[in-house]
Amino acid sequence: MPNTQELQDLVVQVRRDILRMVHKVNSGHPGGSLGCTEFLVALYNEVMDLKDGFDMDGIGEDLFFLSNGHISPVFYSVLARRGYFPIEELNTFRLIDSRLQGHPTTHEGLPGVRVASGSLGQGMSVAIGAALAKKLNGDNHLVFSLHGDGELQEGQNWEAIMYAAGNKVDNLIATVDRNGQQIDGATKDVLPLGDVGEKFKVFGWDVLEIENGNDLEQVIAGLNEAKSRTGKGKPVCIVMKTEMGNGVDFMMHTHAWHGKAPSDEQLATALEQNPETLGDY
Amino acid sequence: MTKYTDQGKQDTRSGYGAGMTELGRTNPNVVALCADLVGSLKIETFIKESPERFFQTGIAEANMMGIAAGLTIGGKIPFASTFANFATGRVYDQIRQSIAYSDKNVKICASHAGLTLGEDGATHQILEDIGLMKMLPGMTVINPCDFNQTKAATIAIAEHHGPVYLRFGRPKVANFTPVDQKFEIGKALMLNEGTDVTIIATGHLVWQALLAAESLENQGISAEVINIHTIKPLDDKAILDSVKKTGCVVTAEEHNYLGGLGESVARVLATHHPTPQEFVATQDTFGESGTPEQLMEKYGLNNKAIEAAVLKVLKRK
Repeated sequence: MPNTQELQDLVVQVRRDILRMVHKVNSGHPGGSLGCTEFLVALYNEVMDLKDGFDMDGIGEDLFFLSNGHISPVFYSVLARRGYFPIEELNTFRLIDSRLQGHPTTHEGLPGVRVASGSLGQGMSVAIGAALAKKLNGDNHLVFSLHGDGELQEGQNWEAIMYAAGNKVDNLIATVDRNGQQIDGATKDVLPLGDVGEKFKVFGWDVLEIENGNDLEQVIAGLNEAKSRTGKGKPVCIVMKTEMGNGVDFMMHTHAWHGKAPSDEQLATALEQNPETLGDY
Repeated sequence: MTKYTDQGKQDTRSGYGAGMTELGRTNPNVVALCADLVGSLKIETFIKESPERFFQTGIAEANMMGIAAGLTIGGKIPFASTFANFATGRVYDQIRQSIAYSDKNVKICASHAGLTLGEDGATHQILEDIGLMKMLPGMTVINPCDFNQTKAATIAIAEHHGPVYLRFGRPKVANFTPVDQKFEIGKALMLNEGTDVTIIATGHLVWQALLAAESLENQGISAEVINIHTIKPLDDKAILDSVKKTGCVVTAEEHNYLGGLGESVARVLATHHPTPQEFVATQDTFGESGTPEQLMEKYGLNNKAIEAAVLKVLKRK
C-alpha cells in the first residue's frame, strides 16, 4: 500500500497528464478532472480492492463507474498509471483510431472501462445493476460510482436513488462531486440543487460528507468511512466538496475551464505549478 | 398452397411469458426486470419460481435499462420488459449509450407494440419502434408472429450474445407455427412457395399474409409468403432468391412505413435487384382508440390490405 507522499506525487503527476492531454488536442475537460484527481487517485491506489489485469465481469474485485464521463482525462490517467494500459497511450487522447475517446467507452476495448458514459445521468443505474449482480453472485466486493453535481439535474438519477434505497443496495458507494459548477455557470444559478446530502437522506441513503475533496487524507478517510457503512441495509452517498481546476491557480474559482484547453503559455504556467514527480508520458 | 392450422388463438406476450418460465428453469444467468407491468408481460411464473432473479423497478424505465446494463457486468443475462413505447422511445438514449454502445448483453422485450393493443390509443401504440431500434449499431431486432414463435424467440435470444429488441403484442391471434420449431435469429421462414408475387410479412401480419395468399390463390395468383421474424440482421438471401423468381414484392408490418421492415427490404432490393414493391404499413400517422380489428381495418393492416397491395404491385411488374 503506497504511503501518502507517494499518492501525493501521483496526484501531481496525474494533474500534469490531464493538462498535457487536453492541451495537445485543444479540447477536453480539465476543470472537473483536476477537481476529482485526489478522489480517483485514492480510490484506485488505496481504497478499492482490485485484481491484477482486467476482465469485464469484475467478479472478486471492487468496481468503479464514472457517470460524469467528460472528466475522462483524469480517469484515463489514473487507469494508465494503475497499469490498465500503457501510459504512453495517453498521447492518443481524442485522436482518430484511439481507444481514449473523448468520453469513456467500452467500444474500443480500453481496459478499465466497463460502460460508456458522457450522456449524463446514466451511471448510477448501471452501478446499481452491477451491485445487484454482485449480490446474486455472492461476491462481497463493493461498487463505487462518481457523479457530477450538475448531473443530478437529470431525472434518471432520482429514479436510481429511489430504487437503491428501496431495494437496500447496500454494496454501493455513490460519490457526488459537489464543485457547484456546470457549463453555463454556478449550479445555484443554472438550476439550484438545494441540499444534496439531505435529498439523498430523505430518499433513504446513508450520507456522509468530505469537506475538502482535494485533501488526499480527507478523501481516503471519507472513503474508508463509507466502506465501513456498507452492508447495513442502505446505499451510501458521499457528498464531496471539490474545487474545479484544483492545483492550477487560474483554473480555480470559476466554471470557465469546464471544457476548455489551456494555451501554450497557460500550459507552461500550469505545469510550473505542478512539477514533474513520476515522469511524464 | 401449404395449409396452416390455427392451434387456438393466443397472445404473443404470453409466448414471452412462457419462454421466460422455461428460461427461469434452464438458465440460472437469466434475470428479469419489469417497470410495473408484470401482469401485462405475463412473467408471473418466472417471478414465482425465481424471485431472487426478478427486479421490479417501478415506473422508471430509464433506470431499468441502466440496471439491466449493469447486471450484465457479472455475467447475468437481463430481460428488461415493458410496453414497446416505454421500452424504446422513452429510453432511447439509455439504450443507445448504456446498452448498445456499451456492447451489453441486454434483451429488451416489448409488449403492446403497434396498433393492436387497441383501446388505450396512440400514447401506447408505438409504430416507430422497429425504426428506432434497427438504427442502433449492433442491435438485433425481432418481431415474431405468434405464441409459439415468440416463446421460441425468447428462449433463442438468451443464447445470443449481444443486445436484442424483441417485439410482441397484446391481442389473441392465430397460433400456427409448429410448437417445436427451432428459432434461428436472422433466418427467414418460407411459409408458402409461389411464383407470381412475394409477400414478406412480420409479426401479426404474417397470419394475415397467409389469409391473403389463400384468397389470391382462388383468383389464380400464386403468392410466395415469407415470415421475416428478424428484421435485423435481415435475411437478404431469402428475399433476393424469392423476388428473382416472382419479380414483385409486398411487405407487411404493424409499423410505420418509414423506418420499418419495408424500408429494410427496399434497401436490399435497391442495392442488389431493383423490384417493384408495395408497402402494407401505417402511413406516417399516429394510431387511435378502437378494437384491434377496427384499427387494422382502418389503417390498412389486414389480409384485405395485403391482397389489394398484391393486385397493385402485379400491375407494376
